[in-house]
Amino acid sequence: MQVKDAAMSPEHRAYLRSLRRKRRNIAAARVLLLVALLLLWEVGANLGWVNPFITSQPSGIVRTIANLYRDGELFRHIGVTVYETVVGFTLGTLLGTAIAVVLWWWEGLAKVLEPYLVVLNSLPKISLGPIIIVWIGSGSAAIIVMALLVSVVVTILGVYSGFAQVHPDRIKLLRSFGASKGQILLKAILPGSIPTVVSALKINVGLSWVGVIVGEFLVSKAGLGYLAVYGGQVFRLNLVMTSVIILAIAAALMYQAVVFLEKLFTRWQQ
Amino acid sequence: MGVPLVQVRDIAMKYHSPEGEILALDGVTLDVDKGDFISVVGPSGCGKSTLLNIIAGLVRPTRGVVTIDGRPVEGVSSLVGYMPQTDQLFEWRTVWKNAILGLEVQNKLTAEKKEFVQSLLARYGLWEFRNAFPRQLSGGMRQRAALIRTLATDPQILLLDEAFSALDYQTRLVVSDEVKDIIVQERKTAILVTHDIAEAISMADKVAVLTRRPGRIKAVHDIVLTCAERTPIKCREAPEFRDYFNAIWKELDIHAG
Repeated sequence: MQVKDAAMSPEHRAYLRSLRRKRRNIAAARVLLLVALLLLWEVGANLGWVNPFITSQPSGIVRTIANLYRDGELFRHIGVTVYETVVGFTLGTLLGTAIAVVLWWWEGLAKVLEPYLVVLNSLPKISLGPIIIVWIGSGSAAIIVMALLVSVVVTILGVYSGFAQVHPDRIKLLRSFGASKGQILLKAILPGSIPTVVSALKINVGLSWVGVIVGEFLVSKAGLGYLAVYGGQVFRLNLVMTSVIILAIAAALMYQAVVFLEKLFTRWQQ
Repeated sequence: MGVPLVQVRDIAMKYHSPEGEILALDGVTLDVDKGDFISVVGPSGCGKSTLLNIIAGLVRPTRGVVTIDGRPVEGVSSLVGYMPQTDQLFEWRTVWKNAILGLEVQNKLTAEKKEFVQSLLARYGLWEFRNAFPRQLSGGMRQRAALIRTLATDPQILLLDEAFSALDYQTRLVVSDEVKDIIVQERKTAILVTHDIAEAISMADKVAVLTRRPGRIKAVHDIVLTCAERTPIKCREAPEFRDYFNAIWKELDIHAG
């Protein structure tokens, strides 16, 4: 229960103030921690505590980013990787959900395929990389397929078990209205599983980054994964660190975007 | 008196599983007249819900026949409205969208029907909440919304499958008053399946007692209670209430443990 400002007791006001102070302190500590680490890294590299040739250093990373930006390379690499990831996890989620629908529709098929799905789920999908390259070639398409493969099986299993959790009474209710199987799917099963699908999406974002970066390690000519591998090969640690840091920021932003989507799709829960 | 609206004739139901077969119902015969409110009580696992599913046309019996309005039941029919154990309102639909679910499924969402649902919502205090989501409603309001969803397709017979068992005791008493009131106002015939003897007596004009598995009708009581207001809560205080309760309790032959 919210208490109106005028009716607020001094104790409650003090409590709110201490709450705000705590929140502010935590935020300040977070920023400080980052600044301290960066400073320590920079100073350490300059004073020779660590070898910047191996560890890189913040000023070097900033310089690298500036150079990449000047050459017009920065956003090309970011764009390639983000594009591959978004397409990969969107396709993985859509395809996984579609397959889950097929399995729900034909229960016999689900029973037949169950052991295969279990095996596929435990297989590290990255190991399929060489096969994909042979089959699809060494372009963006191969990397997207990688990202898709990493997420699709998890999605099938997660969404299918979400379908199975729809209460039998709910299906009975629809049947009592004379609903067809298609109507049961569209009115109860799919909308009721939106939270499951969105949480699959959240997992898939992370998985697709793995698929894309490994894919870029293996084949590509552009992208953040390519930059990191290339930087490692020519021993330009500034380049490696730069791509890792941009990757961290991009991945975090994309995750937040999915969280926002989740809020949008499940407004009725609030 | 004319032909009963619902005639259940010699219904038997067998279930099969790898462990063997179970005879859930064996020779159930029951008549329900138009406008009656009949409760079916029985010990748990006696096949009460199975009986309701058969009347609803959701499940085919192994033997026997159910006729509604003279026609044998061969599948779900718009004459029958089914209320499951929990309200099963769809969380992502507003009260309004929940109320029109059945009409939507049956492709009957005409302006006239919409008006009918609007009037139901208005009459039973949910019109202001038409844009609310189920989680914003109280237990009683949810139950009313579920009942309106069933009434929206204008069935003749309501089948209530332990419809209040998920509610806490107080809510349950209030809701059974409200539901009974609505069913009487809308002039519906109702069959309530329950394991709660007091609920069965207080709501119904007739109580049918089922035996333990395989379920059979053991007795049918005409309930006549002297109470000023004919509401389930008030009628629990009627002098005859205890006698009915004791008689049915004996017939149920419940052993603890």
